Amino acid sequence: MLSLLKSFYTNFGLPRLIILGFFLLLCFMAVVLDINFPDLMSSSLVRIAMNGVLVLAILPSIACGTGPNFGVSLGILCGLVGGLISMENQFDGYTNFMMAIIFSLPFAVIVGFGYGWLMNKVKGSEMMFAMFIGWSAVSLMKIFWLLAPFNNPEMAWPIGRGVRVTISLVNRGLAQLLNSTWSFTVGGVVIPTGLILFFLFCCLLVWLFMRTKTGVAMQAAGDNPRFATAAGINVDGQRIIGSIVSTILGAVGILVYAQSFGFYQLYEGPHFMPMIAVAAILIGGASIKKASIANVIIGVVLFQGILVVAMPVFNIFTQDMASMAEISRVVIQNGIILYALTQIVSGGD
Amino acid sequence: MSKKAADIHTKKPTSKYKKAVVEFLTKHMVTIMFIVLSIIGLYLSGMNSTLYLTDIISRVSRNSFLVLALIIPVIAGMGLNFSIVLGAMAAQAIIIFVTDWGVVGFPGILLCIVLVTPLSILLGYMTGKLFNRTKGQEMITGLILGFFAAGIYWFIFLQLVGGVIPMDNEVLLLSSGVGIRTTIDLTGGLRYGLDDVYRLSLPIMIVIIGGIMALYQGVSFIGSDKEGDAKSRFYFGIVLAVAFIVGGIIIISSGSMINNIRVPVATWIAIAGLCIFLTFFSRTKLGQDMRTVGQDRHIAAVSGIEVDKVRIIAIIFSTVFASWGHIIFLQNMGAWSTYGSHEQIGFYAIAAILIGGATVSKATIGQALLGVFLFHTLFIVAPAAGRELYGDAQIGEYFRVFVAYGVIGAALALHAWKTRLQSKQKLGA
Repeated sequence: MLSLLKSFYTNFGLPRLIILGFFLLLCFMAVVLDINFPDLMSSSLVRIAMNGVLVLAILPSIACGTGPNFGVSLGILCGLVGGLISMENQFDGYTNFMMAIIFSLPFAVIVGFGYGWLMNKVKGSEMMFAMFIGWSAVSLMKIFWLLAPFNNPEMAWPIGRGVRVTISLVNRGLAQLLNSTWSFTVGGVVIPTGLILFFLFCCLLVWLFMRTKTGVAMQAAGDNPRFATAAGINVDGQRIIGSIVSTILGAVGILVYAQSFGFYQLYEGPHFMPMIAVAAILIGGASIKKASIANVIIGVVLFQGILVVAMPVFNIFTQDMASMAEISRVVIQNGIILYALTQIVSGGD
Repeated sequence: MSKKAADIHTKKPTSKYKKAVVEFLTKHMVTIMFIVLSIIGLYLSGMNSTLYLTDIISRVSRNSFLVLALIIPVIAGMGLNFSIVLGAMAAQAIIIFVTDWGVVGFPGILLCIVLVTPLSILLGYMTGKLFNRTKGQEMITGLILGFFAAGIYWFIFLQLVGGVIPMDNEVLLLSSGVGIRTTIDLTGGLRYGLDDVYRLSLPIMIVIIGGIMALYQGVSFIGSDKEGDAKSRFYFGIVLAVAFIVGGIIIISSGSMINNIRVPVATWIAIAGLCIFLTFFSRTKLGQDMRTVGQDRHIAAVSGIEVDKVRIIAIIFSTVFASWGHIIFLQNMGAWSTYGSHEQIGFYAIAAILIGGATVSKATIGQALLGVFLFHTLFIVAPAAGRELYGDAQIGEYFRVFVAYGVIGAALALHAWKTRLQSKQKLGA
């Protein structure tokens, strides 16, 4: 029994236990402090499902061996471009959402291919490079947003060129589109059925993909590149496929996120999003080298759950609740990434 | 093989120069690109030269120390130290308290330095410990560690100061009495504490630097073997020194606006002091050990060097220098953002040293100083150039941020690619 506990502890890791304990403590305090529980549940569900696809986007890149995708902002930018093109054509509702995905796909495939190709050139320092290519793409796209040739008055600045910092999706019937589909209320808790189903559908697709011949080859390439090469798998090619899938999921992920949020956030918006997604999958039990769908779901539930519950709980202790919630996010998010980095056995040498 | 060797012998001497030029260009591609970019930017912005000089001198004097702090970890093979932001945060924390106590001017700066040193030694030690657990991934660990530490810094100064940590200062605290304001103004306090110790007109400073250079060249020439290499270096140095002196005197006598630019001498002495320290340090036993560790950890360990200890010392040095550098930076800036100014420090310092021609595995004092100069030239001219080109200064600002990230990304890619090629060659041989 004791050895079982010990092996659980070593597998699970101290930081993860602390985070789990922190979450349980927050939930306990929320109950003690008599905070409106159904409200908390409702917003947790929304937050979890709207971030889910972005977290899912990290999975293929870990599986194919390029490490957690700190450059998923590239996919996010592709999604935003697709979304804006769809807006420009004034589609409404589901047509808008589907067209946004379709428009962003070619960008995501091309960018993902280029990104994967670069990842093969920088083997050994993928994470660092991914982070900086993501950040430089975000700042380059800021210039693009300033000069973007969009005319739809919902997006463009009233005078001059370029698009606004945040673009409201309400007028196109896109805000909370998935959330409100088939949504119902149980005991005061609003279940955003459409959103959850979409997230689970994406999970199912990735799960199925991982079981196709390509998916298995990709995992083999990520697991043990030398063995995979010996088995006749084109490791570099598989890494490119993983990057493409990751970028596509990033593009879809931001569209799901944005429709729930009600706005497209351009400019500084995508800057730190990859780190939030990476932290979530690591909290769920993934490592730099190994991840599964279960890690995605557990991680996003735990991380977003903490963020939602923390707000009202801290509100009672300090006047400055927003900053306290932000502080705990920053500490948890970066703490778990640091922990994952220290777990790379024989990674460096 | 012999045919190739014969080819080389039969080639005309002109091709040798051509080859040398091509090699020089490819080796210093980044630096040359930035020189060209800066010149284009200067031309486009249509900036007044006095205005530009004033700006660049204040920027170079406040940033150089920070950028020089990056050199030691590079020598020790730990790459670019993104965790210098920890030193910067330590400096900010101490400055907040010293400002609260009301110690101003140069004594205030001295007090800051005395207090920040043990704190940054502690932070450096912990960072070094962490880096020893993530060998080969120091850069990303440092980067994430910076974000992580920022969270703790925010917690202390937003939630604890004024409450758990007693402080009673209306100017510094938020109106609620807990937490520090988002911007701190050092005017009337530590502002220019070091800069204003002694200021000299720029041309006079140039003449003095020329004099020192001539003196140094003379002394080192007398000490040397007085032949060949030493001789040509002596002549080169003397010509440069004379050019400095003559140029300075011409500016003084011309009575141009440049005479009004006043150089913070104490800050420059601090920077020069660090340069001298770094030069001597590389000749000490510890410096040599670091170089060995930087080249190959295993060989270093076999030859009896305590690798982990040397690496920790390297990071401690870097963190302490970064904290001093950030004090110099903030006393010059005057007003700074309490919760954000440390973050840019790391990126901008690293981008600067890379633009100067440094790589992940090699960095010199000259590269650091040249890099600061070029990077901040771009910083000054980019918004103005953006306004002239597109009628929007914002574009220039975004562009320079893109350049900072892009340069770091490109340098990392280049380094990773080179290391892979080398290891492939090793395997092949």
